[in-house]
Amino acid sequence: MTNHWVDIKNADLIIIMGGNAAEAHPCGFKWVTEAKAHRGAKLVVVDPRFNRSAAVSDYYAPIRPGTDIAFLGGVINYLLSNNKIHEEYVKHYTNAPYLVREDFSFNDGLFSGYDAEKRKYNRDTWDYALGKDGYVEIDETLQNPRCVYQLMKQHYARYTPETVSRVCGTPKEAFLKVAEMIGETSRPDKVMTILYALGWTQHTTGSQNIRTMAMIQLLLGNIGRVGGGVNALRGHSNVQGITDMNLVSGVMPGYLRMAADEEQDFQGFLSKRALKPLRPNQMSYWQNFPKFWVSLAKTFYGKAATKENDFSYHWFPKYDKPYDVLQMFERMHNGQMNGFICQGFNPLAAVPCLQKVSAALSKLKYLVVIDPLSTETAEFWRDHGELNSVDASKIQTEVFRLPANCFAEETGSYTNSGRVLQWHWSAADGPGDAKGDVEIIAGIFTRMRDMYRKEGGAFPEPILNLTWPYSIPDQPSPEELAREFSGKALADVTDPKDPTKVLAKAGEQLASFAHLRDDGSTSSGNWLYCGSWSQAGNLMARRETSDPSGLGFYPNWGFSWPANRRVLYNRANCDVSGKPWDPSRKTIAWDGSKWTGFDVPDMRPDAAPEEDVGPFIMHPDGVGHLFALKGMADGPFPEHYEPFETPLGVNPMHPKNPLVTSNPVSRLFAYDKAQLGKADKFPYVATTYRLTEHYHYWTKNVRINSILQPSQFIEMNEELAKEKGIAHGDTVKVTSNRGYIRAVAVVTKRLRPLDIDGKKVHTIGIPIHWGFIGVAKKGFLANRLTPFVGDATAHTPEFKAFLVNIEKV
Amino acid sequence: MQVTRRQFFKICAAGVGSSSLVALGFAPGEALAEVREFKLARASETRSTCPYCSVACGLLVYGVGDKAKNAKTSIIHIEGDPDNPVNRGTLCPKGAGLLDFVHSESRLRFPEYRAAGSNEWQRISWDDAFTRIAKHMKADRDANFVAKNDKGETVNRWLTAGMLASSAASNETGMISAKFVRSLGIVSVDTQARI
Repeated sequence: MTNHWVDIKNADLIIIMGGNAAEAHPCGFKWVTEAKAHRGAKLVVVDPRFNRSAAVSDYYAPIRPGTDIAFLGGVINYLLSNNKIHEEYVKHYTNAPYLVREDFSFNDGLFSGYDAEKRKYNRDTWDYALGKDGYVEIDETLQNPRCVYQLMKQHYARYTPETVSRVCGTPKEAFLKVAEMIGETSRPDKVMTILYALGWTQHTTGSQNIRTMAMIQLLLGNIGRVGGGVNALRGHSNVQGITDMNLVSGVMPGYLRMAADEEQDFQGFLSKRALKPLRPNQMSYWQNFPKFWVSLAKTFYGKAATKENDFSYHWFPKYDKPYDVLQMFERMHNGQMNGFICQGFNPLAAVPCLQKVSAALSKLKYLVVIDPLSTETAEFWRDHGELNSVDASKIQTEVFRLPANCFAEETGSYTNSGRVLQWHWSAADGPGDAKGDVEIIAGIFTRMRDMYRKEGGAFPEPILNLTWPYSIPDQPSPEELAREFSGKALADVTDPKDPTKVLAKAGEQLASFAHLRDDGSTSSGNWLYCGSWSQAGNLMARRETSDPSGLGFYPNWGFSWPANRRVLYNRANCDVSGKPWDPSRKTIAWDGSKWTGFDVPDMRPDAAPEEDVGPFIMHPDGVGHLFALKGMADGPFPEHYEPFETPLGVNPMHPKNPLVTSNPVSRLFAYDKAQLGKADKFPYVATTYRLTEHYHYWTKNVRINSILQPSQFIEMNEELAKEKGIAHGDTVKVTSNRGYIRAVAVVTKRLRPLDIDGKKVHTIGIPIHWGFIGVAKKGFLANRLTPFVGDATAHTPEFKAFLVNIEKV
Repeated sequence: MQVTRRQFFKICAAGVGSSSLVALGFAPGEALAEVREFKLARASETRSTCPYCSVACGLLVYGVGDKAKNAKTSIIHIEGDPDNPVNRGTLCPKGAGLLDFVHSESRLRFPEYRAAGSNEWQRISWDDAFTRIAKHMKADRDANFVAKNDKGETVNRWLTAGMLASSAASNETGMISAKFVRSLGIVSVDTQARI
């Protein structure tokens, strides 16, 4: 979230699209209710299903799964055509006036630089036109045909209300009503927030779904605003924290991108990431990348990381391609992996195409599962009849199942969706011999290290030199680890403006990432978390409930990254002169000599408004990007592409270009391409979703939740049910080209047939919570149905739109 | 007149006239059933965070047991933390059922091992588990570590092992997991954030 949970109460309009907060985030959704009750805010829900968020909304519009970009592209067109934009914000805080290279183009669904064979773009032309001074050329009148504003206007002119209705199935009046409500918040004194979740990410156009809304929020001047922003309602309680720790492919903690193979030179690696400003006076904060990286390297390798060895640069692995979860299981399926560790992760249920995942796990030599609960993954080799039909005697994988403590039995911090780190304490020991996750990882590592010490082996240096400063090596404490990621001074750190002033003495915890250095005199395991455990102590454990602004910031509750800032980009809450757009929602303001107020300024404290320092300080140009430059794999402007399993067979935006029916750059492996189904055999759209009584595949192990929702079901509309002779409560079989599930049919009015380009399209809803382990009634893992293909940029699987058939059994 | 507490209430309920029984001296004898003692009276309270969605509601976890060596604390009740600015003491149907998660019959209690081709688990010690896993990993890493790619560039990666890290684990677990996987050269790392 750019903002945070309580801040939702400050919104005038709340859009829920690509999520269902009332059921999936009930206690966060309370702030929507608060905004409606006490601020007079309106709630709009756009979703394929009339869900419980829709049930309490002021307006609901249906949409076909996988067509969000068409809908939102239509909103952009509406805003630009009806002059419903926040003009001053757009001119000064976005790249609307910036000129784009002459050779950038868009033709029939493809941007310039497409290589059909590789299914990839050469992104060179997706760039600004630079002047002789090295800065971007701009046209403040927004009239130049090569400026971002004009290119954007031209791109989205095709997304007329009629087209939106034809692609999305949303009635034209419903679309226009939503667009009009959104457009009202272009006024400086009106703010809209957007709440989304997996309904946007789990598409092959997932990243661009979110980007389209980010563009809308920029056009409306709603980012950086109290009550505004772009707010991802995330999944697990610490999914934000583990994302920040970057336990993902190719990135180190604090979003520090790791080296590619060709980056053999350390200085070149650093300078490529230390982006230079593209406009005068901009902060371009990634210029500090070397400080963050070197401090991280010192955390890892301590005294062994020296200036002379480029701070152990080559001890960090280099990447030739992304190794995300889909790539992993593809390689495992091809027999290219031998060992695998699942820590609190149940891929047999959570990764698409169960059949492929099961075959892949069967090819491993060893599998290690660390979990508080019994999981399907740990028992993938056991025959459970129709629910998991395998022959254990033929599966040669050795499996270790290690019992972990659960949340109530451990001490440590979680980072919530609003970026607030909160400390929790252990209340009891785990059952039996269960151990904490930290102790389990330490147990494996220290034994490996001992073996490398005694026997030697392949490239032992990083293993033998990894810092391990824990008083009990087999049991590092959460306090030690928290101090480690926050960071400390290894030598005295002085103020660059006044070297006599010592900011932190050697050995002291650092107060802020502003004190990190690139000379090896500081360490910090994650620069974004720097200061969370300062000399003042553990700020994550703070529990002060005062709220001086009355806006719900709670500045002394926990620690909000970065720098305890509660709303990101908060400079944009003020106009160019430094006054809040809306005085009743003041965060920070320019007081004549500095930025000050209720929140930590997201701006150099002494940057006078006349200096024109842009509010988007991480960008080299200081502004929000309506044109994404080279950041996205599939284009600088979002474009509608059909799901990989489309009920239409063509992209209605580009019916004559089969290259762009679906995302032209999504990675599609040969095995999975052959598994895709077509509408002739699988005529119905399916979408997966979650119930308020269940949490993924955990709560089927929990008695009360299993009583509340005991049995697997699917949801379908009345018209289709009648057509197929299915009554409420009948058992049905739902089949995709990859497999089938059987479940009880729930026939409802919540789903409705949509008219798409003259064709009737039905959507079937598939809750995901059952499996063959647990105390709930056994059921089929829903990923027997889902396709193994992901978003072009993020590789998130397309769980939200695929094709099935349905029959009564 | 001897009346039990229950009979006394029955008599009282029978009519308005009986309400004067107390005044006439017909008070009930000693109560045989008492109001149950408040169950949290002797419990210790621990502040925690819900492990499910990322609203990350504040919790109060109540345990009984004196924390002496031979008296393990058992968690008996979990409710929302009224101080938490986000959930203000409330919980959803998932969070309200957390006690049953803590005590689920699906909780794992001991390290176990399933041999190749076997149809059952066997219980092993932690030391055995750690040592065997470490041996597997080292043998695989030593055999398959890639120091240089085809072009002769230094890449130092280990491609035949992978790890899925938990988004339900703490930041502290995240820190140690990051040190663990990256120092070994593992590049196949991912978490639930991807899906």
